[in-house]
Order: sequence, then structure tokens, then C-alpha cells
Amino acid sequence: MRQIAIYGKGGIGKSTTTQNTVAGLASLGKKVMIVGCDPKADSTRLILHAKAQNTVMDLVRELGTVEDLELEDVMKIGYGNIKCVESGGPEPGVGCAGRGVITAINFLEENGAYTPDLDFVFYDVLGDVVCGGFAMPIREGKAEEIYIVTSGEMMAMYAANNISKGILKYASSGKVRLAGLICNARKTDMEFELISELARRLGTQMIHFVPRDNQVQRAELRRMTVIEYSPEHPQAKEYLTLAQKIADNKMLVVPTPLEMEELEELLMKFGIMEEEDETIVGVAEAA
Amino acid sequence: MSKIRTVEGITKESTEALISETLAAYPEKAKKKRTPHLAANDQTSGAACVKSNKKTVPGVMSARGCAYAGAKGVVWGPIRDMVHVSHGPVGCGWYSWGTRRNLMSGINGVTQFGMQFTSDFQEKDIVYGGDKKLKTLLNEAHELFPLAKGISVLSECPVGLIGDDINSVTKTVSKELDIPIIPCNCEGFRGVSQSLGHHISNDSIRDYIIETREFAEPAGPYDVALIGDYNIGGDVWSAKSLLEEIGLNVKSVWTGDGELEKIAATHTVKLNLIHCYRSMNYMCKVMEEKYGIPWLEFNFFGPTKIRESLRAIAERFDDVIKEKVELAIAKYEPIMQAIIDEYKPRLENKKVMLLVGGLRPRHTIGAYEDLGMDCVGSGYEFAHGDDYDRTAPEMPDATVVYDDPSEYELEKFAHTLKPDLIGSGIKEKYVFQKMGIPFRQMHSWDYSGPYHGYQGFEIFARDVDMAINSPTWKLVKAPF
Repeated sequence: MRQIAIYGKGGIGKSTTTQNTVAGLASLGKKVMIVGCDPKADSTRLILHAKAQNTVMDLVRELGTVEDLELEDVMKIGYGNIKCVESGGPEPGVGCAGRGVITAINFLEENGAYTPDLDFVFYDVLGDVVCGGFAMPIREGKAEEIYIVTSGEMMAMYAANNISKGILKYASSGKVRLAGLICNARKTDMEFELISELARRLGTQMIHFVPRDNQVQRAELRRMTVIEYSPEHPQAKEYLTLAQKIADNKMLVVPTPLEMEELEELLMKFGIMEEEDETIVGVAEAA
Repeated sequence: MSKIRTVEGITKESTEALISETLAAYPEKAKKKRTPHLAANDQTSGAACVKSNKKTVPGVMSARGCAYAGAKGVVWGPIRDMVHVSHGPVGCGWYSWGTRRNLMSGINGVTQFGMQFTSDFQEKDIVYGGDKKLKTLLNEAHELFPLAKGISVLSECPVGLIGDDINSVTKTVSKELDIPIIPCNCEGFRGVSQSLGHHISNDSIRDYIIETREFAEPAGPYDVALIGDYNIGGDVWSAKSLLEEIGLNVKSVWTGDGELEKIAATHTVKLNLIHCYRSMNYMCKVMEEKYGIPWLEFNFFGPTKIRESLRAIAERFDDVIKEKVELAIAKYEPIMQAIIDEYKPRLENKKVMLLVGGLRPRHTIGAYEDLGMDCVGSGYEFAHGDDYDRTAPEMPDATVVYDDPSEYELEKFAHTLKPDLIGSGIKEKYVFQKMGIPFRQMHSWDYSGPYHGYQGFEIFARDVDMAINSPTWKLVKAPF
């Protein structure tokens, strides 16, 4: 069983990419479980055709304790026999979402959700690793393979570099490795080259360049993955290719994150960022 | 099945009336939740009459502790040759220090470490994580006490909230220092009571300790381990010497006055003798499944139960042991009879009500009965269904059984049942003493003990007599 965690900047398309890729793996005959690690609980809706599934923490809140929970209450089977679990958690501004992730994963382990017939477990994790809870999926004995979803936008690349720093910390004491960048294209200038270069600097690969296509949105409106909605569409083929590449991927590295200056230099080189004019810093308009 | 025992004046109807009268004071929702936790005992059923191991009803005063309490206070704390670290803010460690009276032999700081270690979390440790501090602490603890055989790291609530990975830190430092360092994820908010802390601790013994050492001397046919005796007031010393007297070789004790390396080598014993089923049945089952070691529950409270238990133990061995058991019974029973002759006239027909952890109510009923007393109500803080199954045959028929009772329920029962003695914990003690009811703390043996074994029965009888027949009670009158 390979356990894989998907990280990336908020809003970059982690959940969409994960579900389409997992649907791809399922159509290749793989047995997969998705564990949504985000209180928004939108990591499984395209697989289950549901608005939101009952999350582990929702049920814990209802029943009072996690000990009263049964696995079948929180694990749903969707497209391609994909097993779906959402950790869930509080609405923004209250409680502790990170603990929700820990509680949910502990629950799954204790109740035998990680069955030996599974080929893959995917953790779809909230954008920012803001506390120890969101690092739970990459603790020892869990995901050893991380993919970062990014795009050619500056902030997405900053985030990818920051996540690599986090992986470096965990890689030094354990087996977790960076397995590649997934470019979820935003049609920015020279996006392919830029992300290929960022990947090279991080010591990894751009495992796939997923072009932007509105077919993804059309499928999402029906709460479906492209793979299920229109298997013959070119975009479905893209996700299938990504799925096959992940299935075949052997390139697991300890990342070499960039210093801030290096990253900015890279952005300038590709024309994303203009060189700073130090003479105007701190000078008011009227001065 | 022996004949059904009853207590004069207590019938199924009277108990059920008492329960419904008690429940009447609750709002509808609380009443509905509490109803299945209170019932009249059905002695012949041999089955639990109440629901248990459920979340406490919010708003009632429960006597329960937390998972951390179960891990630190019960399972880990008594192991004497380890340093036990309360990982988190200072209070949990400080207020659980030495309060359980699990006695230790040895020299403090040299061969035993009954002291308070904490990482004393501050704001910055919450914000930046406590990993580095834990690493420093582990190194310092080893430097200060190089003779400690190992270190346990017991997580308090905040550690689990911020998601510190103590397992990774302990693994690294354990390698560096070459001593066992065991992480225990026993955050207090996990589970409904301290019971989950016992379970988590058993699991960490399974994952990190068992089978990591071997006994120096070769295995023998009479090798046993004493499981689930925490040496409260010296209980282990009394129980162990009795087991040795009947020819058994007590290779390790879990965990009262326990030693890490002996616990780690327990996988080679012939039989596990378990006293506290609730807190240690998990590891007995693991050792049975993994190493084929059978286990036997026994009860060393009061001469009747001791006799039954000794004979049941003897059944597992050859004639050598059987003979020694009979010799021991013959030697001690006259002494026990003398104790009964002395105290029974003063205690005959006195009534006792009990609320203790997860084992003692059912285990001590026999000892009270040896003294001529009747148990009119019993219950547990954190017992499970299998504990209540074991309680049914011990309790007199139709008496009230209460699971995780609130302070109000206990007071109400006491008002009606008018017990001559209540045995429970520190939280209950002063409530009942102010009501003018004699009370003994039955978690810590109230600064006394041991109560286990023949040696313990004499002390138990004296303490019960002293509590009930103290002239003090005639000099005070409760205003209510």
C-alpha cells in the first residue's frame, strides 16, 4: 500500500486534482481510499456525487465520543469502489481543526480502515500546514510520498517552496519524500518551463502538466470527476496520464528548498516578477 | 450457583422506587441519559444490569478522571525504576504526584524515581511546539538520573491539540541515549474516563516494552507474573509474599513497585495472575494470544476470597503447589478467624455502600461479608460491561448498582439506604463525613494498607471497625 499526501496553496485545486487522479487510478484497476484532511470536507464530493459526506468529526460531535463511532458510519464507497472518508472539523474561527485530523486518522487506524487490499491511500490536506495536526498525514508510518499541486502564479510557487521546507524537516527524521510537483495550469506565461525549472531546483520533477480546461468545471457542476463524466474527453486522458505516472513513479527525493532570493530570482528570470527598484522603497508620493 | 443472598428490607421494588425517585429530580434529557446507568442487581443473571463506559452527562458532578490520569496515575506511575514525564503544562503532573499511594521500594533518585517530572509548557511551547523542549528534557533527565532504566512520556491535553509528534522525538532520543523511551498519547480529552488511559498505556507496553528483555535466570515451571496490582499501601508486598509462600516464582509485577526490565521479560512466564482486570486485561489478552500465556483473575480481599483464589491458582499447577496452598490456608485461617471473632461482633449487619474505580467494589464485597457486613449499593467510576457482569454474582440480589453516579445520586442513595460506611474517593469523603456517615477512601486505602492478602485483612478489619465504631460520630450531629 502506498500512502500519498497532496499539499499545495489554498484554492490551487488540490481536491479537484486529487479526485480526478484517484478516479484515474480506479479506472486503471487500483483500489484507493481518500482521506480528506480539511474541515471544509470537499475532498470526496466528486467521487460520491454528494454535497458533503458525513465527516468523522460531525459524528463525534453528535455521539459525544469517538469511541461510539463505527467505521461504516464514516466510510462511504463511491465511483470505482473508491473508499471515502472526511475528517471534518469546526467552522473557521473556533475549535481546533488540526486535532480533527489527528482524531480522524487515529480512528481509521484503530478501526482497521487500512486494509491490505488497498493499493493507494490519498490524503487531501488543507492548504497551509498551520499546526502539527496538518502534518499528521506525513508522520512516521503514514504517507511517505508527497505531491505538491502548484501553478505558475507567484504565490502558488511560494507555497510549494514552503511546503518543501516542511518536507525537508520531516524527511530528516523519517521516510517522507517529495515525489513531484503537479502543475495545475492557470495559463500564465511560460508556465510549463517555469514549473519544470522550479521542480528541477527543488530536486524533483514536474510529474505532469495538467492543462486548464472548462470540462473540469462542467463535470464539477454535476459533482463528478471528468473521468466519470466524459471518459473520452482529452482532459480525462490528462488525468489518466497523471494517474499512470503516479502509479509508475519511483522518484522520491529529499527536497532542496530555495532561499527567498533564489526564488525571486527565478521569478524575475521568467518575467513573472520585476526587478525591485530599491530607490523608491519607503518614499511617499508627495516627497 | 450458591443461594441467592439478599439484604433485609431491600427488594427489587424498593430499589426501583429509590431509583425512580432519584431520577425524578433530573430534567428530561438528563433523566433519559442516566436511567440505563442505575438498576437493581439481578444476582442470578451473571450479567451487567447497567449501561457503562459512556460519556458523563454534562452538568452532573462525576468522580471520573481522564486518560492522562489513567496512564500516569495507574499504569505507568508505579513502575519504580523509570522516570515518568508529564509532558505539557505543570498542573497535571504536579497534582497527580504521589497522590495514589502506590508505594515504592528502593532509594529515591538511585533505584526508584517517584518524583515529578514535567516539561512545564509555556505560551511559546504551544505556539512553536514542544518538540525541542522534550528533547532537552529527556537528555537532562538521563543526565540527572543515569540509573533510570527508561523514560515514559505521558502527553497532556495541549500536546495532542497542537499535534506535537512525541513519537518521533522519543524514537530519536531513545536511540541516542540507548535507553527505552516510551511515548504515550494519553491526552486527557480522549475517551470518556481514565479507562482509555489504561488501554492506551497497555498498548504502548505492547508496542514498546514486552519481549525487549529476557530474565537472566532460566525459566521454571512456577514462573508467574502479578498483573494489575499497583502496590497501594503496600498491597503488592503482601500479595507477592503469599504467592511465594505457595511456591510460585513471581517474576514480575505490573506495575506496583514494578521494574521495567522485568515487565519487558514477562512474555516467558507460565501464568499471568491478574488482580485489576479493568486496567490490565488488555495486555493479558495480548500475552495470551501472542505467547500462549494463560491468565487467571484472582481476588485477595478477605479470607473467603483468598481461599477460593488460592485453590483456583493451585488448580493450574501440580501437587507441589496444591499442597503448599492447603498448608498456607491451614496456617492462616485460624489467624483470620481470630480477627473475625474480634471484629465481627461490632460490625455484624452493618451496611456499606461503595463507589470505586473499576474493580474494587466487586472484589471487596467478600471481605465485608467475612466481617458480617452487607453491601447495599455498589458501582464504578469507569468500569465496562464485563466488569458489571462480574459484579452481578458478588452483590446481594436487588441492591442498587450505579454506573458513574453523580454526587447527587450518591447522596440520595445514602439518605435512603442509611449505610454505616461509605467507601469511595477523596471527592466524596467530606460530603459524607459532613452527613455524619463514616467514610473510608478506598482508592488510596486512606493513608493505610495494605489490604491485599492475609496480612492485609487484619488491617482492613481494623480500619473498617475504626471508621464505623469511632466514638466521634456520637459527639457530632449533622444539621441536615
